[in-house]
Amino acid sequence: MSVLFAILFYLATLLFVVGLLSRIATYARTPAPLKIPTTPAPTTQGGVVLRMAREVVLFESLFKANLWIWSMGWLFHASMALVIMRHLRYFTDPVWGWVVLIQPFGLYAGITMLIGLCGLWVRRIFVERIRYISTPSDHLWLVLLIGIASSGLMMQFATHTDVIAVKSFFIGLMGFNIGQLPADAPLMLHLFLVVALLALFPVSKLLHAPGIFFSPTRNQTDNPREKRHVSGWGKKMESES
Amino acid sequence: MAEVTAPAYRTIPIIPKLIPGAMEGKGPYIANEKIQADLGFPGQLVDDWHDKAIAKMGDLLRKYRSVAVFMDACVHCGACSDKCHYFIGTADPKNMPVARQDLMRSVYRRYFTWAGKLFPKLVGARDLTREVLDEWYNYYHQCSECRRCSVFCPYGIDTAEITMAAREILAEVGMGQKYSNEIIAKVHKIGNNLGLPGPALKDTMEGLEEDVKEDTGIDVRFPIDVKGAEVLLITPSADFFAEPHIDSLIGYAKVFHATGTSWTLSSMSSEAANFGMFIGNYEQLRKVALRIRQAALDLGVKRIVVGECGHAWRVAYSFWNTLSGVGDGSDPDDKFARMLQQQLDHRYRQPTHICEFTWDMIERGALSFNKEANDKYVVSFHDSCNVARGSRMGDLPGGQFEIPRNIIRAVANNFVEMDPGTTRESTFCCGGGGGLLTDDLMELRVKGALPRMEALKQVSDEKGVNFLALICAICKTQFSKVAPYYGFDRKMMGGVHQLVSNAIILGDKQ
Repeated sequence: MSVLFAILFYLATLLFVVGLLSRIATYARTPAPLKIPTTPAPTTQGGVVLRMAREVVLFESLFKANLWIWSMGWLFHASMALVIMRHLRYFTDPVWGWVVLIQPFGLYAGITMLIGLCGLWVRRIFVERIRYISTPSDHLWLVLLIGIASSGLMMQFATHTDVIAVKSFFIGLMGFNIGQLPADAPLMLHLFLVVALLALFPVSKLLHAPGIFFSPTRNQTDNPREKRHVSGWGKKMESES
Repeated sequence: MAEVTAPAYRTIPIIPKLIPGAMEGKGPYIANEKIQADLGFPGQLVDDWHDKAIAKMGDLLRKYRSVAVFMDACVHCGACSDKCHYFIGTADPKNMPVARQDLMRSVYRRYFTWAGKLFPKLVGARDLTREVLDEWYNYYHQCSECRRCSVFCPYGIDTAEITMAAREILAEVGMGQKYSNEIIAKVHKIGNNLGLPGPALKDTMEGLEEDVKEDTGIDVRFPIDVKGAEVLLITPSADFFAEPHIDSLIGYAKVFHATGTSWTLSSMSSEAANFGMFIGNYEQLRKVALRIRQAALDLGVKRIVVGECGHAWRVAYSFWNTLSGVGDGSDPDDKFARMLQQQLDHRYRQPTHICEFTWDMIERGALSFNKEANDKYVVSFHDSCNVARGSRMGDLPGGQFEIPRNIIRAVANNFVEMDPGTTRESTFCCGGGGGLLTDDLMELRVKGALPRMEALKQVSDEKGVNFLALICAICKTQFSKVAPYYGFDRKMMGGVHQLVSNAIILGDKQ
């Protein structure tokens, strides 16, 4: 069992890293031939960094769009960020100081993450418009994330899992030593779902995470009159004509 | 088409219940063989349309980062789902921005992603069939590329980019749109959307000089093809003859007259509109823009000023520098752009919007007004979608909202705003933009105007608004045609420079 999980984790990590890097490379390589920022847009590079930061940290556009999606979506993402940071303790020895500090918050974040996910799912099921645009995979992603969050919470609040052993398993994996993983149902489920998440990330809508940084309507500077913007294939037409 | 009726006003602007298929089969006429051939597109649906369409899609995915990112990034959150005026007006779920994108995204997933190749049902992927192609034609011609959805998308996904890509693919396999393609061909051939030849244009301008003389007693010129003029005015050709557009043209001419600016039109390049953007075709977009470059070089002008036109200002402001070098800041070795940029006077913004020109002059004290001339009006202002979300005026972000309002306040005493959810960057499209201003789409145009008409109704009932000031030729035509369906007088639609024209004091500044 431990060997199986070790292999799965190596594979999933490989798929995640290679897949994600290849998508990012594609986005970076693809030219943006025209200036298309959604205006009003910042006129300086610094302004663009701020705009992007507001989008990524606060979900500014979503806030303008719909408070239900924003509150549930933001709660879920912010909580998940905390939870992931909290999980760093399973991969670092000794555990970094700030990771120790956030441990109690990370725990509550597991609960708020679940609330956010459920709120989003309720919306997806009960609001006619959102139901109409939902594909089976949209529901399954929520199921998967809800599964990860609840199996994780179960280990904390319902059953006992030997987290020390889990930690030494993962520290071992990082040095390519396969150790012993506790045989524990919630843990197995938790880890299996995380493997699925990592492996499927680069072929799914989860690409919104790297995608936003490459979104021309958000990352372009509004200075088309001041600076001539040219792309490779656009420029080529000029030498041909 | 005659029996189109306006949808009822919503007492509170609730989101409509879905009516699947409400707008099925209501797309515009397809371009015939001749029109297609004029632009170098196949005359009818090619035999290998399926392979050609997929190949073209792959091509666009490699050429446009917007398309590549937007196909992947959508999470179906629904933030955009109630933001489109066509969805609000028609309740057809495929007019929700996300659903409109998904018409293409489903095909993208099937042919370009592993998930869609292996588990199409699971991820909503589907084959490109003839039905899907027809669906594309129908619903990608029910989008006015107004970008309202892109304001609210957490990833900035702009449906306009997807619509443009879809239209480009469609034209490429032989399913171009009659209205837009016919117009583009006229620009290539004659120089403007109307197909108005040089001599007729000259006559029209002479007629206008007489009219204004009769009206004001002053010789306001409407010059054409004047070499060495300072300003080349590029304005939508509707300004030359259509109502209420022509009143704004008179307004520009009076502003130039009162400020002693030498200016000219070009008979070779007498069109600001660039429908190349609507059909999403870079080559066409570029070819139309290059006429203006040519006119500027031929006439040796120092400045290029653009008249009241929404998408034209987006093209001019955002794209001209890239396409034709009208702008500033080219690299030293960029011969193509330098050739023109060395000629232009860079103390001024290149290009300049007519509102920027007029407002600069007002700020400098070069213009004076008799504001009482507009006292019969209570004015409100409609932000044009392409100006609001695809361009700027002045030096600060949001100048495109402030400058036209500043002008209105400078020339009229009564100005009120509409509901803030419907103005500035949240403005609703008039319902006729993006190549949809054609009679074969009358039902769509009437229904798409609903959100703006609701906001107008509110200020007209509560504050007595009786003049809607516009800065777009398409808005002017669309509202003049469609507002009567909602019980408004078409005469309440007019240009910002129409108000300027009413109030400007001529002759005492010389």
